[in-house]
Amino acid sequence: MANIVIDKIKKTFGSFEALKEISLEVGDGEFVSLLGPSGCGKTTLLRIIAGLETETSGQILIGGTPVNGLAPKDRGLAMVFQNYAVFPHMTVFENVAFGLRMKKADQNRVKSQVDKAAALLHIEPYLDRYPNKLSGGQRQRVAVARALAVEPKVLLMDEPLSNLDALLRLEMRTELKAVLQASGTTTIYVTHDQTEAMGLSDRIAVMYDGRIEQIGAPVDIYSHPASRFVGGFMGSPPMNFIRLPVTNGTVKLGNMNHAVPASVEREIVLGLRGENVSLAPLAEGLRLDVRVAEPMGSHLLLTGTIANQPVRVILPPGESVKAGEAIGLKLAADRLTWLSPETGLALNHPSR
Amino acid sequence: MTAAQPSNFGSARKMLLWSGIAALCAWVLVPIYLVALGAFGGRSGVYQWPKSILPTGISLEPFLLFLRTEGVAGAFLNSLGAAAVTVVLSVLIGAPAGYALARYDFRGKDSFRLLVLLTRAFPLAILALPLTVSFIRIGLYDTVIGVGLVHTILALPFAALVTQGIFMGVPRELEEAAWVFGCSRPQAFFRIVAPLALPGLAATAVFAFVISWNEVFAASVLTVRNRTLTAYLLTVLSESPLHYRFAGGLLLILPSVIFIFAVRRYLFAIWGISSK
Repeated sequence: MANIVIDKIKKTFGSFEALKEISLEVGDGEFVSLLGPSGCGKTTLLRIIAGLETETSGQILIGGTPVNGLAPKDRGLAMVFQNYAVFPHMTVFENVAFGLRMKKADQNRVKSQVDKAAALLHIEPYLDRYPNKLSGGQRQRVAVARALAVEPKVLLMDEPLSNLDALLRLEMRTELKAVLQASGTTTIYVTHDQTEAMGLSDRIAVMYDGRIEQIGAPVDIYSHPASRFVGGFMGSPPMNFIRLPVTNGTVKLGNMNHAVPASVEREIVLGLRGENVSLAPLAEGLRLDVRVAEPMGSHLLLTGTIANQPVRVILPPGESVKAGEAIGLKLAADRLTWLSPETGLALNHPSR
Repeated sequence: MTAAQPSNFGSARKMLLWSGIAALCAWVLVPIYLVALGAFGGRSGVYQWPKSILPTGISLEPFLLFLRTEGVAGAFLNSLGAAAVTVVLSVLIGAPAGYALARYDFRGKDSFRLLVLLTRAFPLAILALPLTVSFIRIGLYDTVIGVGLVHTILALPFAALVTQGIFMGVPRELEEAAWVFGCSRPQAFFRIVAPLALPGLAATAVFAFVISWNEVFAASVLTVRNRTLTAYLLTVLSESPLHYRFAGGLLLILPSVIFIFAVRRYLFAIWGISSK
């Protein structure tokens, strides 16, 4: 168990800045996800923490000790790779035992640790098989068991579920959460899948273009995105952004006037989560011209336009709205995000 | 009737498969068989016409007689020695080069690959004289090691480029996983990369062996008394009776076949490098 302090880590590849002075603290036993689109630098950051890549500048401390310049094996961590990286010429048992064997652990300890990890991930039946006889999901379990068997201070995971099919991914996600809660290992988890990050993490660091856009608890990030990028990246459907005119410090939403943060003058961008609306009479609510209505079973997904700007909103499954209709929407006033049209940053974010 | 169709189709496929296998085997084995027939048939067998395909009237005697001929055994051992030097050196030098090419990006990588191949662009005939002179100066002339060194040069480009492909076939993540789980770089190489690359390295060794074993020109130029088998046979055979030539041919074929047979299991990927 150990905390991780990442202090102003910078990485350049030639003239390209992959990481721009990133700082991040991960508490002991905490599960933090690095979430972002491909090319945002999340994997580079993870590989720098692992020691597989060298930072251009900055410092990393694991459990209070600086690890810069240390070989990966001396950092007290374990890693799960995107394509599993289980050793094809070793049995599952030897794969799981690999880290312990390298530490010259005695036979009894190897046996007990492997059995423990195997039991945790339900791979006991395959211990004497070779990995090429296993399915992708089973190999992924072997990779996780191999990482947990060494009882690492820090566990790093690089998109561990992205090569699994959707159903298996959901199952492994749940299981991973249970296993990691039980072990209490400090974990950094890289993913581009926002539902994965939401479901697993204590905190999420949303990364974009080599920097951390926002860090916080999943619910905070979801409901109070710090920027247009975060709002658009998190959630399915993503947050709607509607540009609205401001008059005298208020915005007209249907027949209601809503006060907006004072710093804007002519226009403001409303960040609206699709589920923060309810049906209202057309005369009272904000007008939505419905283009497509999709009954999804659990909810009704409407795609259309508000003030000629594309939006997607979600209504309860019982509502009957048809394509081509115009409906009124009442917005949950306390759940709106107001963003600057110029910078894309949130104006009413709690941290500001 | 219709139910029988798939099985008919299946047996037809099987027929095709087996006839293909038979044709390929014949392609390789029939010439070897004929050479062997000539080698064991003795003087009378070679000139007999029409030839009998069946091995009638053969004995080991003519072949053994050939082996006892002065110089044959020595040349055979010289060839083995030169081939051994070639195999060991070209794998020891070529594999690290291949590893570097596979794992690292460095300035001039492509030109390096081209340069490596260019060593084969110089006809050996041009190099022969200067090589002979300098070999005489350093005392490598007319030695097995000297021939082995030249053969190593011939085999190295292939060794480097083939092993590059082999090491590229071993996923980098496997090596990184080994580093994370407690291996230093050399440990990771020997515990993870080398076992997985073994089939390919064996193939490279076979290749180097065959290059050295079959090479005539450099061996003829650079040796006088310590001839390799090819060089020896080249000088002797033109004056020899026909069944001697067959015996010589067989002696050239056999070690390659035996060597390939010995490492055959490494020529097929045993575990199949599976990254997904």
